[in-house]
Amino acid sequence: MTVIPMSHGLILGGVLFALGLAGLLMRRNLLFILISLEIMLNGAGVAFVAAGSRWGQPDGQIMFLFILAAAAAEVSVGLALLLRFYRLHNTLDADSTSEMRG
Amino acid sequence: MLELLWLVPAIPFASALLLAVLRLSRKAVAWIAVGSIAASSMVSLLVTVSYLLAPPAANSYTQVLGRWFDVGGLHPDIALYLDPLSLIMVVVVAFVSFLIHIYSTEFMIEDEGYARFFAYMNLFVASMLTLLLADNLLLLYLGWEGVGLCSYLLIGFWYRDVENGLAGRKAFIVTRVGDTALLIGLFLLFHELGTLNIQELMQQASQHWPIGSAAATTAALLLLGGAVGKSAQLPLQTWLPDAMAGPTPVSALIHAATMVTAGVYLIARTHILFSLAPQAQFAVAVVGAATLLMAGFSALTQWDLKRVLAYSTISQIGYMFLALGVGAWPAAIFHFMTHAFFKALLFLGAGIVIQSLGEEHNIFRMGGLRKQLPIAFWTFLIAGLSLAGLPLITAGAFSKDWILWGALSAAHGSVTFWAVALVGVLLTSLYTFRMIFLVFFGEAHSQVTKRAGKAMYIPCLILGLLSIVGGYVEGPFARFLDTVLPWNAGNIHAVPITEIASEVIATLVFLLGTYVAYILFLRKPAYTAMLGSSSAGGVLHRFWFSDWGMDWLNDRLFVRPLVWLAQVDKNDFVDAFYAGVAGITEITWSVLRRTETGKLRLYAAGIAAGSIVFIAVVLFL
Repeated sequence: MTVIPMSHGLILGGVLFALGLAGLLMRRNLLFILISLEIMLNGAGVAFVAAGSRWGQPDGQIMFLFILAAAAAEVSVGLALLLRFYRLHNTLDADSTSEMRG
Repeated sequence: MLELLWLVPAIPFASALLLAVLRLSRKAVAWIAVGSIAASSMVSLLVTVSYLLAPPAANSYTQVLGRWFDVGGLHPDIALYLDPLSLIMVVVVAFVSFLIHIYSTEFMIEDEGYARFFAYMNLFVASMLTLLLADNLLLLYLGWEGVGLCSYLLIGFWYRDVENGLAGRKAFIVTRVGDTALLIGLFLLFHELGTLNIQELMQQASQHWPIGSAAATTAALLLLGGAVGKSAQLPLQTWLPDAMAGPTPVSALIHAATMVTAGVYLIARTHILFSLAPQAQFAVAVVGAATLLMAGFSALTQWDLKRVLAYSTISQIGYMFLALGVGAWPAAIFHFMTHAFFKALLFLGAGIVIQSLGEEHNIFRMGGLRKQLPIAFWTFLIAGLSLAGLPLITAGAFSKDWILWGALSAAHGSVTFWAVALVGVLLTSLYTFRMIFLVFFGEAHSQVTKRAGKAMYIPCLILGLLSIVGGYVEGPFARFLDTVLPWNAGNIHAVPITEIASEVIATLVFLLGTYVAYILFLRKPAYTAMLGSSSAGGVLHRFWFSDWGMDWLNDRLFVRPLVWLAQVDKNDFVDAFYAGVAGITEITWSVLRRTETGKLRLYAAGIAAGSIVFIAVVLFL
């Protein structure tokens, strides 16, 4: 069985992170922004797991469990905010709200 | 028992703190406030008794409570100094404060700021007692500023009326002129003699400075400046009539009986310094003589009952300054004591009259109150007679005769000073009986709507008693004070008349003033109207009514040039600097506000770009 080199794992994580960031910046729909955020978190998670397996340590996978927990919490709060947002503005367009501009 | 001395100022101070911090019912406030002053005066009486039973060595007792600070050779102690002079002052102040606090519990009962009022009053008493007991000039100065602060707070007590706040501010600023002179005097004394302890200072001064030396004169004149400001003497007297904006018990306690005599105490306390500077002492006498005449004339023309009393206070303190100036030291302190009794009583009586007529201050709208307010009338009459100097019976006559005799026979006395004081007697009896006739005799112009209760009458009765019996202690008083303030008149220079003759003449002048007041204000008011409507009389009336135009003069001489200078000098470089700082901030704001778009994705992009730049810097630099 060949060992996947760490660089592959890191590149995959980096690509996921970049894709998530691009989605976050480009999509206007708040739901997709939230999904992009999840993708970025998973990118970071992949990097942790790859690094953990490189040094044979469990830390990377433990960190990933933490990330999962944080992501779950974030999604629950985010979705609740999203629902409120939709009730208030009847849309999910992030650009439609700029009441607090200076 | 003497070691209990520190409790005398400490109890009112603790009670002031308590009243300021806790929220209590009116009843509790009254009990704490009056109780603390009662305890303080009980302790002062205990100290007096033990002092009299076993006089300490050198007739003085010093209680060191601790070192205040120690910087560059200046190391004042927090120490109390008790000698016959401070003992008399402390007992009088504590006892009069006690009576006025009792009076206030009823006078202020409907006021929303009940606890605030008593917290200020207790703080005032604590500061005043600190001032009197201070062992060094710095601690005295602390008390001096403390009473000034309380005076300001209490003049502006009803701060919702802007006028009252302005009156408080005026009092604070005008007395500040004198305070600055006093502070410079303190600096000078420390610089020249290296200590601020009063007793050491007096010793050093008489060792190092010959009589009439420039340093002694300058220092004495600077102290006189402080005294003139606090005691409302010429030319800084303008704040006291306006200070009547405060509640009447405040006028009685602070602006008649106690605080305004702090200047008298300061000069008596440092009288050795003034003896070394005959010119400065002469200035004290001249200030006193001029003030007693000017304020006497002004008192004749006022229509506000409290303002009549205010000018009368200025005039009576003028008498004390005259006594100090001619070297009749104990006479000034004796007059302080009798004045504290009868002037506090006059104010308390005025408070009853004003409150029972529904806040009516105008004496021309009063009248005929003799039958309706009998207790107020009799006590007011006793105090008035004491003020005018009814001989042999009232306390005021004893002290005033002593001052008159001193003005003639003491070390720096002269016939001129004696004559001025005699004119003052005439003026005093004129304005006193003008006030009494207009308020209590004649036809009633207003209806009594409210009657004062026991808590207001009993202090009046006690003070009325003291206004009579206070005079009989003249002999023991002089002997008791003799170690501090010696009295050796009559054998210094030739005097044209004897003491008895001086008293008889003063009595005749008093009777003349009373009779003229009776004719002018009760029997034939038409004469007064005639005097007032003649052109010269009208001008004089306006002139005296406005306190000899002092406010006008101050406004032209000091206020307007200062305002003008401030307006002209609005754009100097200091202001330009601050305006520049404000301008730069405004420009930065207008640039940075453009980044606040409210667009969520732009912020996210900003965060991403920022992180990239940050990581790049960490990695590659």
